[in-house]
Amino acid sequence: MSTTTIAISELPASRPFTLRLHDWVTTVDHKRLGILYILFALVFLIAGGIEATIMRLQLVRPHNDLVSPEVFNRMFTMHGTTMIFFVAMPLVFGFANYLVPLMIGARDMAFPRLNAFSFWMTALGGLFLYFSFLGGDGLYGGGGAPDVGWFAYAPLTAKTFSVGHSTDYWILSLLSSGIGSIGTAINIIATILCMRCPGMTLGKMPLLVWLNLVMAGLVILAVSPLSAAQIMLLIDRYLGAHFFDTQAGGSAVIWMHFFWIFGHPEVYVLVLPAFAFASEIIPVFSRKAIFGYPVMVLATIAIGFIGMSVWAHHMFTVGMSAGANTFFVLSTMAIAVPTGIKIFNWVATMWGGKIRFDAPMLFCVGFLFQFLVAGLTGVTLAVAPFDWQLGNSYYVVAHFHYVIVGGILFCIFGAFYYWFPKASGKMLNETLGKLHFWLFTIGFHLTFDFMHVPGLLGMPRRIYTYEPGRGWDIWNLIVTFGVVFQAAGVLVFACNLIWSYLRGKRAGNDPWDAWTLEWSTSSPPPMYNYAVIPVVRSRRPLWDLKHPEDPDWRYE
Amino acid sequence: MSTLPVNLPEGNFDWRLPSRGRVGMYCLIAAEAAIFTIFVVAYLFYIGKSLMGPKPKDVLHAPIFYTVCLLSSSITVHAAVRRLVAGNMAAFARFWLLTILLGGVFLFGTAREWAHLILQDGLSINTNLFGTTYYSLVGLHAFHVTMGLLAMITVALFYFGARLRREHAERLEILSLYWHFVDAVWVVVFLVVYVIGV
Repeated sequence: MSTTTIAISELPASRPFTLRLHDWVTTVDHKRLGILYILFALVFLIAGGIEATIMRLQLVRPHNDLVSPEVFNRMFTMHGTTMIFFVAMPLVFGFANYLVPLMIGARDMAFPRLNAFSFWMTALGGLFLYFSFLGGDGLYGGGGAPDVGWFAYAPLTAKTFSVGHSTDYWILSLLSSGIGSIGTAINIIATILCMRCPGMTLGKMPLLVWLNLVMAGLVILAVSPLSAAQIMLLIDRYLGAHFFDTQAGGSAVIWMHFFWIFGHPEVYVLVLPAFAFASEIIPVFSRKAIFGYPVMVLATIAIGFIGMSVWAHHMFTVGMSAGANTFFVLSTMAIAVPTGIKIFNWVATMWGGKIRFDAPMLFCVGFLFQFLVAGLTGVTLAVAPFDWQLGNSYYVVAHFHYVIVGGILFCIFGAFYYWFPKASGKMLNETLGKLHFWLFTIGFHLTFDFMHVPGLLGMPRRIYTYEPGRGWDIWNLIVTFGVVFQAAGVLVFACNLIWSYLRGKRAGNDPWDAWTLEWSTSSPPPMYNYAVIPVVRSRRPLWDLKHPEDPDWRYE
Repeated sequence: MSTLPVNLPEGNFDWRLPSRGRVGMYCLIAAEAAIFTIFVVAYLFYIGKSLMGPKPKDVLHAPIFYTVCLLSSSITVHAAVRRLVAGNMAAFARFWLLTILLGGVFLFGTAREWAHLILQDGLSINTNLFGTTYYSLVGLHAFHVTMGLLAMITVALFYFGARLRREHAERLEILSLYWHFVDAVWVVVFLVVYVIGV
């Protein structure tokens, strides 16, 4: 078995570059598509990061004139759209693509060609979005990239207020990447339900697989409404229809509802895979099985359900009825319960464990602490009167960056350190990993802890500059200062990826002494994943194999 | 290091999983249902909010005949797949072509209705909110009928090329799930547009 594995994995390296490129472009292999998703996301992470840096440099002191107000509007629109749709989503899908078939003992996804189609639709969406810098002007001189904000409230998107094609590129970008997302979600669900290896009942799936199953269900229910709303907007702009045209009796508020019916579940689409990484990494680095597996699954499903009914907490400041306000306050607070259960279970997994603080675990511990804080500020914002005071302020910006950077991105970094050895066959450098962790953690806290303060002091989001003497100056300076550390951390990470890929220590099949199926095959896995389809009897098949005297299935 | 075969000998048992085509189609249907829900909500929300005419009750006539055609095509597509399972190719082809015909008649009905609305009643998509929501919702449904018809015509071409065999029955059954969904959506659209909306 070993000879065939080595022969196949080393064959492509000797082929000419054009042939290898052709292999990658035409691939339907879930591992290659997963890597393509992740590389695509990393490229856009740099673009979105540059946009964020430009905004922070503009806001570093009052009355700064680094960029014009128009450019500032484009920067926050492009930053938000890029980071959500072309960084976070492709990262999530990339990891799901790579890991789910391996973890359930399958040889590929259920629909490999749909998988490739979905990836290229997402890539097309990214191309549309960034082509707007060149093509957004149209014949009207409407000016470069989209500048309507990432949630594009009506009537800003109406032809009258958005001449040129920048908004059209934004719509097409989200529509085509939306089709890709729905395709991938269908694929993930079909793969998980129909491709599991013998013995892997639903209750024996690794938690990562469970969380991705719920994530894919949320994508289907949340991204479809977004696509529908984009179609309406396209009809408004090109056929002169009146969905969001208040002059003809249309409603601007219904766009808000349609957008946030997507927008809030989207947060759970991104955070569930982050939970999934934590749920795999924390047990392995605590040397204990996950605490409360059934409760973790139930909490995930509860988050999925409740997550569909909290969207209008983004609209408290719009002015809704008392009944609607009450409902969305309560549902939003309720979602803290299953999330809290998860945090307790991760802590209970670590409790009394033999914890190894390698880079993947460091990032997960950072996640646990930061996600808790993010959840707490979330509960404060769920209180409608509090939200009336702070809605659309930097407090909100700080809150959701705490979730997305402090929670989701930390877990994704952890996942890179944990699974990079599997995908490349090389270990990521541990010293650089620790340096990355500390630089990024310091930068994160400098930026986003202190960003709460100008929000509490009344600084609204999306302003391109501000008056001196309002007490915002020093906080903005600190916030921008943190960017230096974050950028340095990401730079170290990028160097680590490249250096370790070329020169890293060989990983072997199972560098972490882990328990899920992907660690039983070679690193990187052969095209077919498993020469013999595995048969499992418990949630930790590799534990059973390594400890035949005390297998898990006796207790599950 | 070689791959480590995970194969625990005691785990010898009957292992069945659902068909991936079926699960995939159900997921697609869920996604499509979510898209239609948004369009239906927009339609219901904008009933009676148009600032000018024409109003729905002045120009809309319930297309009973075409509705009967579309709904009965659900029965014929089911019958066709059953014949294919039984291996009766000629009977399959009769029912399959009848389904395509019924779907085609329905599309013709939509086209006639639209031609009348545009040319006689002066209602188009940019006239008022009724036009906006009506053409979008009915058009979205007609688009799905068209997609279903194209898929079924493709199958018919395979049949005439003598490439269609009994073992393809499951795939056609999955296609028929989509067609049933399109029909079910029409029931909702019919209720919303021609019953509640007028």
